[in-house]
Amino acid sequence: MKPAPFDYARPGTLEEALQALAGHPEAKVLAGGQSLVPLLSMRLAAPAVLVDINDLPDLDHVRVSADGVRIGALARHAAVLRDPDVARVQPLVPLALANVAHATIRNRGTTVGSLVHADAAAEMPMVLRLLDGSLDVVGPGGRRTIPVAELYVGPLESSLHHDEIAVEAFFPALAKHTGVAFEEIARRHGDYAMCGVAAVVTVDGDRVVSARAGYLSVSDIPTVVDLTDALDGSISDASLAAAAEVALEQLEPETDIHATADYRAHLARVLTARVVTAAHENAREARS
Amino acid sequence: MTEQTHQIRLHVNGVEHEAAVPARRLLSDALRHDLGLTGTHVGCEHGVCGACTVLVDGQPMRSCLMFAVSAAGHEITTVEGLARPDGELGPVQQAFRECHGLQCGFCTPGFLTTITAGIAENPDPTEDEARDMVAGNLCRCTGYQNIVKAVCRAAELARSGEDGAA
Amino acid sequence: MTTKMMGAKVQRVEDDRLVRGTGRYVDDVAPDALHAAVLRSPHAHARIVSIDVDAVLDIDGVHAVWTHEDLEGAMADPLPLLIPHPTLTHGRTQYALAKDEVNYVGEAIALVVAEDRYVAEDALAQIVVEYELLPAVVGIEAARSAANLVHDDVPGNVAARMEQSNGDAAAAIAAAPHTLSLDLKIERSACMPMEGRGTVARWDPDQNRLQVWTSTQTSTGVRAAVAAKLGLDLGQVDVITPDVGGGFGVKIVHPWPEELLVPLAAQRLGRAVKFTEDRREHFISSAHERAQEHHVEVGFDDEGRVLGLDVRFWHDHGAYTPYGLIVPIITSTQLLGPYKPGAYHVQFDSLYTNTVIVTPYRGAGRPQGCFVMERTMDAIAAELGLDRADVRAANFIQPDEFPYDQGLIFQDGRELKYDSGDYPAMLDKIKELVDWDHFEDFRSAKAAEGKRVGLGLACYVEGTGVGPYEGAHVHIETSGKVKVATGLTSQGQGHQTAFAQIVADELGVRFEDVEITTGDTRRMPYAVGTFASRAAVMSGSAIHLAAKRAKEKALRIAADALEADVDDLEIVDGVVSVKGTDSSIPLGTIAVLSNPLRYAFDEASKAATQFNVGDPTKPPVAEDDEPGLEGKDFYSPPRSTFASGMHAVIVETDVETAEIRILKYAVVHDCGHLINPMIVEGQIHGGVAQGVGGALYERMAYDESGQLLNASFMDFLMPYVTEVPTSIEIDHLETPSPLNPLGIKGAGEAGVIPGSAAFAAAIEDAERLPITAMPISPSELFALRLAHAPHAEESK
Repeated sequence: MKPAPFDYARPGTLEEALQALAGHPEAKVLAGGQSLVPLLSMRLAAPAVLVDINDLPDLDHVRVSADGVRIGALARHAAVLRDPDVARVQPLVPLALANVAHATIRNRGTTVGSLVHADAAAEMPMVLRLLDGSLDVVGPGGRRTIPVAELYVGPLESSLHHDEIAVEAFFPALAKHTGVAFEEIARRHGDYAMCGVAAVVTVDGDRVVSARAGYLSVSDIPTVVDLTDALDGSISDASLAAAAEVALEQLEPETDIHATADYRAHLARVLTARVVTAAHENAREARS
Repeated sequence: MTEQTHQIRLHVNGVEHEAAVPARRLLSDALRHDLGLTGTHVGCEHGVCGACTVLVDGQPMRSCLMFAVSAAGHEITTVEGLARPDGELGPVQQAFRECHGLQCGFCTPGFLTTITAGIAENPDPTEDEARDMVAGNLCRCTGYQNIVKAVCRAAELARSGEDGAA
Repeated sequence: MTTKMMGAKVQRVEDDRLVRGTGRYVDDVAPDALHAAVLRSPHAHARIVSIDVDAVLDIDGVHAVWTHEDLEGAMADPLPLLIPHPTLTHGRTQYALAKDEVNYVGEAIALVVAEDRYVAEDALAQIVVEYELLPAVVGIEAARSAANLVHDDVPGNVAARMEQSNGDAAAAIAAAPHTLSLDLKIERSACMPMEGRGTVARWDPDQNRLQVWTSTQTSTGVRAAVAAKLGLDLGQVDVITPDVGGGFGVKIVHPWPEELLVPLAAQRLGRAVKFTEDRREHFISSAHERAQEHHVEVGFDDEGRVLGLDVRFWHDHGAYTPYGLIVPIITSTQLLGPYKPGAYHVQFDSLYTNTVIVTPYRGAGRPQGCFVMERTMDAIAAELGLDRADVRAANFIQPDEFPYDQGLIFQDGRELKYDSGDYPAMLDKIKELVDWDHFEDFRSAKAAEGKRVGLGLACYVEGTGVGPYEGAHVHIETSGKVKVATGLTSQGQGHQTAFAQIVADELGVRFEDVEITTGDTRRMPYAVGTFASRAAVMSGSAIHLAAKRAKEKALRIAADALEADVDDLEIVDGVVSVKGTDSSIPLGTIAVLSNPLRYAFDEASKAATQFNVGDPTKPPVAEDDEPGLEGKDFYSPPRSTFASGMHAVIVETDVETAEIRILKYAVVHDCGHLINPMIVEGQIHGGVAQGVGGALYERMAYDESGQLLNASFMDFLMPYVTEVPTSIEIDHLETPSPLNPLGIKGAGEAGVIPGSAAFAAAIEDAERLPITAMPISPSELFALRLAHAPHAEESK
């Protein structure tokens, strides 16, 4: 299990990095490499050129402001997870990050890299989608912001162009009167989840005015479902069950060696109820 | 056609090494084969088992998921760098021996580096925190029981070592 | 008086080098070696139409590429069938490199040797093989149906059908007041040591010798295989087993193709050559185990005593049978555990499938046998409404019945005769440890919290320390240091420590002065290997006997030197003295005296000049003596010794998600006298973790075409620390074996044997639905709940 040969560029500026990418249609960007390197070692991918962006300046930031969290392309998961301001402004980010693989992987892997990898079984693409965030990319034509609604276009496929580099992700701040929750069930601790669900619930008093949930590993692209109507304002066994059914209409759980489609659907139901309830609880606490 | 090589400097255990490696040379292979530091072991080469874990600027990372060319310029610590300057076993090494935290020893270097960083960050872990610290490393021999004990014992040894030095 | 080492929790001498990173595993030696890589079949069953390697030789850094056409003589023949058995009527083995046909994904087809492994893998990608695909036979059902055949000349895919009985089981069942039948199934798993296989070889043209380092469980086996296949004299081949990163069975020799191809390449190329298996290769080209399906018919009385037991089972041995029928024979015999059925009949078919070969994995057929027997015990208890422990107790062999003859022939061709044990006492201990009698209170308390819990128990007996023999050589140096060699290998069991404890006790030397070498054919060319929980019993006993011989010689010379009677001498901390006097002589000095040399090389030699030994009227070396202070001996027991154990586990099955959590795990274990309790408990911990893996996580997921879908640590779910019990409570029972001088029994495999049986029982107890197949995942438990829900409704 050794990678096939490739040319290697380690540019010191973004301009050089873009040039290196533009010059090779089969070039790939290397940031943390925690998903990419195994693919290379198994020779499931064999790019002609790797453009290592780890030397690019000013991309390892985690900037927090009232409107949200901005995470640079070279910020490692661990740095984001450690940042107390992130947890304060958008607690769903660390809740999800704690479930990304194991600590050692999080020390090297980048949050932006995970977003670009576009895996519907991964936590962060789903969370970005649920929070309605965005990704800033830089290409030959300059910098542009891709709203998450336009980012994920297919299984393991994002709308980034080949010659673009993702430089910053934006996770919007937690809105007022809003709570979040995240839970996933994996075969082993640290594995890809068989199913995972995150919820964002906004209340007015006890009444649910908005409820949305994001789903892992039960669809082929990161999927978010609006459960507001199904809940009809309140949290009860019946409304949660109705919400889960609404969600399942938009999910496509599949059978693999770890879980059947039926079981994944069952977990989606159970977890929907759990995280919506927890997010609702958090929202009510946030209110006071 | 001969593959292009890159002349790199690797700082490992406080020593600077020079090596000429192809871009695709995994850090794990560079440490083992180019530098002769065979204490770092390769168990899966896809980042799951943790046997190859080394410290990069003090943080545990999988050396099978990094290229040697990317590691240039960083301070790397391998299992060979965990003994005390006087040659005595470091606290994590000592604790593994005392607690029978290893059997075949193949996964051990990855545990030792991981725990070294772990107890630096959390000098007095509970048993649950000890478990969490090693949750990303596979061992096929020990059933982990004595490894968890060794984490707590290592923290204790490290604390008493610091007291002694103070 | 020297402290007795036997039974002490001595810290391991191996650890210093292993924790420093200065151990030497096979990939660490010969840094100058060329690297080999193997082209493996991507198809489960195919005819090879053509192989084109032309493109490979143009690649810079490639030294050789060989296919079967390039092999000559014995190397071109099929690999040996290591353990033939009369009932193995259709045994088949593969070639070192496939000839004409491949029978599993992963079978070796071509070998490339290159400057490094990267280039070698580049080269593999350039080899073009044309295949004609054949239908794949995957799984026991497909093998039994025999709609397709793995080997054209093996009808029904049946390699062997074997039958044994003790009494008339059919008649006993027919006459029994109660009967049950059960179908029970276990899936494939594998050893998965953290270090894969690996071999390094170097040909020395100056000495005309081959030196081989290999990560093996039997260096003498590899030596014999290499010599035979390469046409060398045994004396031309040295095999050295360095530190081994775990074995668990998979590193037993058959030999592996690479263990022959690498030495061949070293000889042909005149360079050191290395093969280091990668993880994907380990999944698809090293051995698996466990897959069996069983049908049980049992007849029993009102107390649950088994009057007749009839077991029919089907064993999936994969594409070839290099290791014979060891695994199913063990299942068929060890299934009986601590019980004495009135009559027993067993019959199995060993079946070909187009999958990786099956050879022993820790436990070797016993986990399946234990699962079958213990599920049967639980079913009897359920049928009669009796306590599950009471039903077991009613069937136990009693302490006064040893030696107990089960009336069968064991895997070693010897009688299945248990040497010692005390199963009722053990049952008392495990019930105490897991608080068996108060479990219903615990269940009620948990139920009040809305939680579902269950308790499972499983008992086993394990034949350990199988022969034929092991040997040891003890050499006391003039420095007083004791160098000991035994031929079997070490894969983490702490042999250097445990064996040194035995030597220190027997010789009366300091533990630190003893150095143990294992697995080096230069030091001990006669040996079998480390498997079947045999190392401590076999080599431990041999070392004890060899040390005794060295001691006898030391005392004889000391008596002469000190002018005393042998019976008046004692050895403490390496010094022989006349009891009650200050007259003494160090063992190192005796070593000098034992070798009548004319030259004084060192201080030890000078020190010896004060003593006069030997009769000046006789030759310096007597006719019945030899120079040097050494002892050599072999231990060869009449039959195996039988360890035993009982495990109990409490699980919680999540009411909503069907996740299975371990709340408590308890073990009682009897391996006779303990050499080093710390090491024994470590073995149990590791075995329990593998048992958890086998019961709840690990399986080989083959698709219908014979592709292994989970050939990585991502998808083959070995437990992390987060998946094993947070504590394992252990209690020991010590019924010494009468078969060896130390009274010991094997302990290496024990921990893994009852895993699936205990978990199945606990999950069944929690869920109140039958668990008949293992491993079980939350997804499968969820499916079982659904399948049984309508029936539950009906019964209300």
